[in-house]
This record gives sequence, structure tokens and C-alpha cells, in this order.
Amino acid sequence: MTKLANEQTIEIRGGRVIDPASQFDEAASVFIADGKIAGIGQTPAGFKADKVIDATGLVVAPGLVDLSARIAGNIDAELAAAVAGGVTTLACPPDVDPILDEPELAERLVRHAEDVSQVRVLPVGAMTQGLAGNMLAEMSLLRDAGCIAVSQGRGLPADTRVLWRALQYAASCDVPVWLQPAEYHLSKDGIAHDSALASRLGLAAIPVTAETLAMQTVLALAKATGARVHFTQISSAEGVALLREARDAGLPVTGDIAVHALHLYEQDIGYFDPLTRFDPPLRGYSDREALRLGLAEGTIGAAVSAHTPLGLDVKRVPFAEAAPGATGIELLLPLTLAWGEALSLPLRRSLLPVTARAAEILGIEAGQVAVGQRADLCIFDPEATWTVNENDLRSAGKLTPFLGRTLQGRVVTTLAGGQPVYQRS
Amino acid sequence: MMLDPQLDADGNLIHLLSTEGLSREQLTRLLDTGASFLGVSDRDVKKVPLLRGKSVFNLFFENSTRTRTTFEIAAKRLSADVINLNMSTSSTAKGETLLDTVDNLCAMHADMFVVRHESSGAPHLIVDHLRRTGRSDIHVINAGDGRHGHPTQGLLDMYTIRHYKGGFEGLKVALIGDILHSRVARSDIHALKTLGAESIRVVGPQTLIPTDIESLGVEVHRDLDSGLKDCDVVIALRLQRERMSGALLPSATEFHDRYGLTHERLKAAKPDAIVMHPGPMNRGVEIDSAVADSPRAVILPQVTFGIAMRMAVMSVLAGG
Repeated sequence: MTKLANEQTIEIRGGRVIDPASQFDEAASVFIADGKIAGIGQTPAGFKADKVIDATGLVVAPGLVDLSARIAGNIDAELAAAVAGGVTTLACPPDVDPILDEPELAERLVRHAEDVSQVRVLPVGAMTQGLAGNMLAEMSLLRDAGCIAVSQGRGLPADTRVLWRALQYAASCDVPVWLQPAEYHLSKDGIAHDSALASRLGLAAIPVTAETLAMQTVLALAKATGARVHFTQISSAEGVALLREARDAGLPVTGDIAVHALHLYEQDIGYFDPLTRFDPPLRGYSDREALRLGLAEGTIGAAVSAHTPLGLDVKRVPFAEAAPGATGIELLLPLTLAWGEALSLPLRRSLLPVTARAAEILGIEAGQVAVGQRADLCIFDPEATWTVNENDLRSAGKLTPFLGRTLQGRVVTTLAGGQPVYQRS
Repeated sequence: MMLDPQLDADGNLIHLLSTEGLSREQLTRLLDTGASFLGVSDRDVKKVPLLRGKSVFNLFFENSTRTRTTFEIAAKRLSADVINLNMSTSSTAKGETLLDTVDNLCAMHADMFVVRHESSGAPHLIVDHLRRTGRSDIHVINAGDGRHGHPTQGLLDMYTIRHYKGGFEGLKVALIGDILHSRVARSDIHALKTLGAESIRVVGPQTLIPTDIESLGVEVHRDLDSGLKDCDVVIALRLQRERMSGALLPSATEFHDRYGLTHERLKAAKPDAIVMHPGPMNRGVEIDSAVADSPRAVILPQVTFGIAMRMAVMSVLAGG
């Protein structure tokens, strides 16, 4: 009788094992049986490897946890991109086509992902029907269908009363609410950070107050309703400061940032490069520095890819008309490592925002290399450099401002649920 | 550092996208070339053969009879063939993308595009596309992109100022009104800065002044009297009808009361100050008829100089 793949026992030999959660960082073998980690360092009793993976010179890290990847369009291609990027658990925001506002749609995405991949796909359901900001979506049923939280997609609803009711209702069903803090009217027509640069280029601006007012509104309502709130893609120094203040005051609130915002800032718009159009927009240099520090100190829990696969037709247009976002899930690891490098952090700390701390925000067991955990592993070469090239990207979205840039750190093997799901050729 | 896309590797002007990034020498050369063309329009035969056999495509995605006409006249006086495309009623309105349109026109052997578009940076996208596809020999002139730039207007304004004031040294220039949405203001500011004007002021309520505009080297005045004080040149900007009431301004009447140019308010400026306006004017809003029709207003000469400057730009880009 042939064994199913996930019954295969595997020994990963000769690698440097890093578990950010416990700050473990040693050369050791990892033993996998029944899809789980059976031992680290010491061979479990009676263990016999069906397969040996040589990880000499490589880092054996937890499979990455990405809190924002739009898995839409060619779902198979995006899941292939995820494992090529070392991502084994991801949350998909609701503002995809179709909008994830019905339990059946969330269920269908989860089932499709299960059919083609071992990647754990956790939908984030819509907070309001059609994300229109008027009527509440079926939050409890969405949660039952596999949604990890609900969200309004980009920004807050225009009507603060709807937000208040949504937070009350979410608190009642104990559904976490993820919100990108952007006040509706202050942000709706803008395309760039409100600054000297936007003034010079003549781009409609989004002030930082769009973010801070939204955060203050949400924090006040969260306090009043008891809702569990997570802020997605905080973009400004003031936003980081507000989150720090709220957490210091003991509010159970968390936040993440887009990994590209650790590197790019508004000057990268250059001469109206549509690839640099993001929502929230790239902000100033001092904002980028604050995001880098906020992530290092842990005020901001996670770095996310904000993966948005887009076609040429929506990006080869004038900056103001370009769809916001970029492909990113295959860049999450190297861009996170580059941030750690810039701050001289050891690898075991650089990996925290894309592993254990991201899993903590999800409230699930993931992002750890520990005995008994699901064997989701990202084995990467920390020294390998590569130049981002659209032909190498597995995502159907090929467009990112990092095209042509040389990055360090490359995924070699990804295991999900104990199965090798990606091997770089 | 990214290279300015309007210059070639040797720093020669091959497209005109913005007055920003042009050196004083380049600006001066354009103004001097404009001066040499001014006589052409007064001749019986109003043509020179500099662009004979060349095709100039006017690609106007935003309606503008005046600017399109002046470009058309300029190109024809240089003996070019001019093709006018009103894009708001043509293929883009049927869903064709901007770059598909450009590719199609390239296949018709265009030599020069004159582009007006509602999005800031649209001409840059075209230039980038032409560069990527090895067609940088096709020249692009920005005839107004969103709020970003209107460099030929900036140049004709500089020509007008130089004509009446002899130069830029020691000049105090005030731009009045809606700076936020004005591509003319941005083009004027960059050119004035490079040409060495002593003081550039922008005057208007905070709702119409872009954030941190001081970084471009201008002074911000909320009050018209302080902004006009001792000015040599006063440039009134057009206030679009849709901005006259709403969240930016309470009413045209109140705007006129605070920022409208009247002879009375202009007493704060130098007695020989000239008054300019890029047109079309809203009489009684940003400018009083009495001022617009007075000898100090040089609004019609601006239009005449505009044709000469557009001829200058086309001939310099084409290697003249």
C-alpha cells in the first residue's frame, strides 16, 4: 500500500532552525511525521525517514503567516505564488472579486484552496454587505464559514453610525474586526500622501489626518463596544504613535503594516510611476522610519504582503487612474529580511512579524517550529540574492515597483502540513 | 537618481513635460527662439518651413478650444501637417486605452504629440511608453496634465513678463486664487524660480493652497493686500465654476470680495505692475472688467506670444 504524501516521514537535515516564538536559533535536524513536527534535534523514538531534505546552509523557519493577500482571479496561481514565497497561512481580505460578503463565497474559497493546496487560506469576511457601508453582513455565519474576522476592505464606512453598530454586533458574536484606518471622505478622492511632493506633482492628496481620525474614531468605538479591533496597513508615524498609546493604555488592539512601506516612500513615485500607486499611499521618509521602528519594538505586530495581483491594463495608465496595489506575496520574505538587516536585527527577530506575531493576531496556532505543531516550514537561503523579474513570479500579477531590484533571501523549499509543496528548481 | 524623462542622455530637450528641471539656459533659449518667431505672424506669408513634412497630432482628452487652436496655428506656421483628435468623443470613449491610442497614432507616422489630459502625469506615461518601445524620436508636448503642469503656458507667461519687464532679476510676482488645482501656477512657479525672480507669492485661502507649497520657493499669503505689496507682476488664475461654492469656497461673491483684482486692490502693487490671466476669464470673479480691459492688463498679448512660444517649443524639440 502506498502512503499518502502527508503520511510520509521526513527528516530535514543540516539546517539552521529558527523558531522566532521561542527565539530558538540552532543547527538541528527537524523530524516530521503525520504532518506534524515530531522532533527537533533529537530523533524521536522509532523514527525512520522516508525522505531526507538536505538543508545545509539554509534556514529552517516556520511557514510564513501573511495577514493580507488577495487570493482572487487565478486562485491556483496565487496559491502557487504563496508557497513559492514560503507562505503557508494567509488571510484574504474581502475586497476581491467577488466580494466576500456571503458565507457561501467564503466557504467556496476555503474549499477551492483545500482542493489545490495545503496552504491555509483564512478569508476575512465583509463587515457590510457588498462593502457598501450600509447594511451589516452576516458576520456570525461568515465566521462559521471559515472567516477569521470581518473587515470593510479599504477604509472605514462613510457613516460612523454603521461602524458603531458593526462593532457592537461583532462584539456580540465575538468576531474580530479588521479595519484599514482611513476616514472615508478625507481619503476617497486622494491618490497620494498630502505633502510637498503631491503638491508639486499635482496629485490629489490624502492627509495623515484621514488615518489618525479613523484610528481615534475606531478606538473610541472599540472602547465603548468591547469589539476586538485590528488595524491593517497603518501608514504614518502618527498612526504608529496612536497605536502605541492605545496598547500602553491596555486596549486589546493590534496593527499591521504593508511590507513595501518598510522600504518605499513617496519619493519612489518619481515621475508618476503607476506601479507605486498604493492604498494607503506611500507616505514620507519619516513615516517609513517610524513604521520600521514600530515593527521592531512590537507596537505593530505584523508585516503583510498586501498582495494584489493586477493586470497590465489597470497599471499601464496614468498614475491617478491606476488601480492601487502590487503583487507581493513572493517578496514578503526578502523584504522582511531587508528590514531586519537595515535595523541590524538577528534573523530570529526579523522573522517575528511574518510568523509568530502574525499568528498571534490571527489567534491560531501557526508560525512556530515546535514539537507537536503542524509541519508548516519555510526553508530559505538567507544569503542568496536575486533580481525580481516578472518571469520568475508565479502570481498572475507581475507588477511591483520592486521589479529589477536585487533582494537577498530566497525560499528553497516550502512544506505545508508536512508535505513539500514547493521546491525551487 | 532618476533621469528627467524630458531630456535625452546628453541633457537635450526632446519632450516638453514640465518647466521643472529645465535650466536657465534652456528656458532662455526657448524664450529667445520665441522672440525670433514673433515676426513670422506679422508677415504676409505667415509660414516658415521648419516642420515641413512632419505630422503633429493634437491629442486632447480634455476639451479646450483655445489651447488646441494655438497649437494648431503654431504647427501650421511651421508648415507641419496637423491632425486634431478630440479624444473625449473618440476611441478612448469606446474603451481603448491611452497607450493603445498612442500605438495606433504611431503607426500613422506621427512625429509629435501634443497632449492634454485630465490626469497629472499622463504625458509622462506616453513618454515612458515611447522610450520602452524604442520610439523616443517621437516628441511629446504637455498641453496641460491634471493639476501638474502646463509648460507652454508657463513659457508664454515668462515671455510676457520678460517682454514687459525686461528680465526677471528683482521681480516680485504674485499668483492669485486657486493654486491647488492650477497647473499654470505650478509651471509659472518653477520657471520663475529658475529664471531668478526675487519673490514669488501665492495668494489665496488655505483651501486653495497646496500643502507645503513653500517648498517650491514661494511665500504664501492669505491676504491679497500683503500678497500684492510692491509686486511687478500679478497673475490672476481662473477659478473653475465648480469650485466657486461648496467646501472650498462659500461663494463667488465672497471670493471676489477677498481675492478679486480691482483697481483699488491693485494700488498695493507697483504702479507699473502688469496683470496677466491664462484665460478664459471669469469677469467679476477673479478679475474686474475694469482691470481686464485696462492698459495694465496684458492678457491679449499673452495669447499672441503663446503662438510664438509654441512654435519655439516645437522647433526646438524637432532639433531646430
